[in-house]
Amino acid sequence: MSQSYNRGLIEDFSRWREFEAGMWAWIFHKFTGWVLIGYLFTHIAVLSTAIPAADGATMMFQGSQTDVFTGTIVSLEGLLLVRLLEVGLLAVAVFHMLNGTRLLLVDLGVGLEAQDKSFYASLILTGAITVASVPTFIAGAF
Amino acid sequence: MAERYSSFNSGGRMWLLQRVTAAFLLVVLAFHFFLLHFVHHADEVTLAASSARMEQLSYYSLMVLFLVTATFHGVNGVYNALVNQGLTGTKRTVVKWTLVAASVVLLFQGIRTANAWAGGFPLL
Repeated sequence: MSQSYNRGLIEDFSRWREFEAGMWAWIFHKFTGWVLIGYLFTHIAVLSTAIPAADGATMMFQGSQTDVFTGTIVSLEGLLLVRLLEVGLLAVAVFHMLNGTRLLLVDLGVGLEAQDKSFYASLILTGAITVASVPTFIAGAF
Repeated sequence: MAERYSSFNSGGRMWLLQRVTAAFLLVVLAFHFFLLHFVHHADEVTLAASSARMEQLSYYSLMVLFLVTATFHGVNGVYNALVNQGLTGTKRTVVKWTLVAASVVLLFQGIRTANAWAGGFPLL
């Protein structure tokens, strides 16, 4: 049987000292979820420059006329801030995916007794994958 | 048997859809990141290369399905998070339909963009 669980208000900030692994996993999953849905709207907005580009719209980029889609994306990718935000996005996405896998398994009845350990494993793997990806994400930004 | 623990009312259709889309997104989001950051690099994006990918029906279909599932999973997740925080009554109804409207706009714009890349719906 399903049951509701009263987590109290996370807005009661001083409560954070009482939180255990499961509560942190819940908070991080919500936070990363909000970031990802926010990013999806931003992503589609930026990619929409393909619509005028397909109709022939151009912009000046590095001294020559370039279609507005290619010019916009390559200009953004030329900014170090954007590259760093992309590393952050990767970290957020990887954590959400790993912790989401953990949640799917728990919902299937697998690993509930080790849910704290699987949360720590999600955090460590997220850190490792993010650090390993930094060279690829930063390449050419300097 | 392990006690069920979930922030959703398990057994409902939306509960199941949230998990089915999660399983799909795990695979497709990993593929998306890998293809567009590791195989190709984000600073090497061109309209021509994006168009070449989108002109393939298999890639176009996968990306449109990716957009639809990600929109559902994200917006339903936001809605559930707000309901979990105690959103009820008229506010809940207003938030629900605002999120539905935002989803429709996102899907419309995303499919318009996919069609711009593909030069219309790819038949072959």
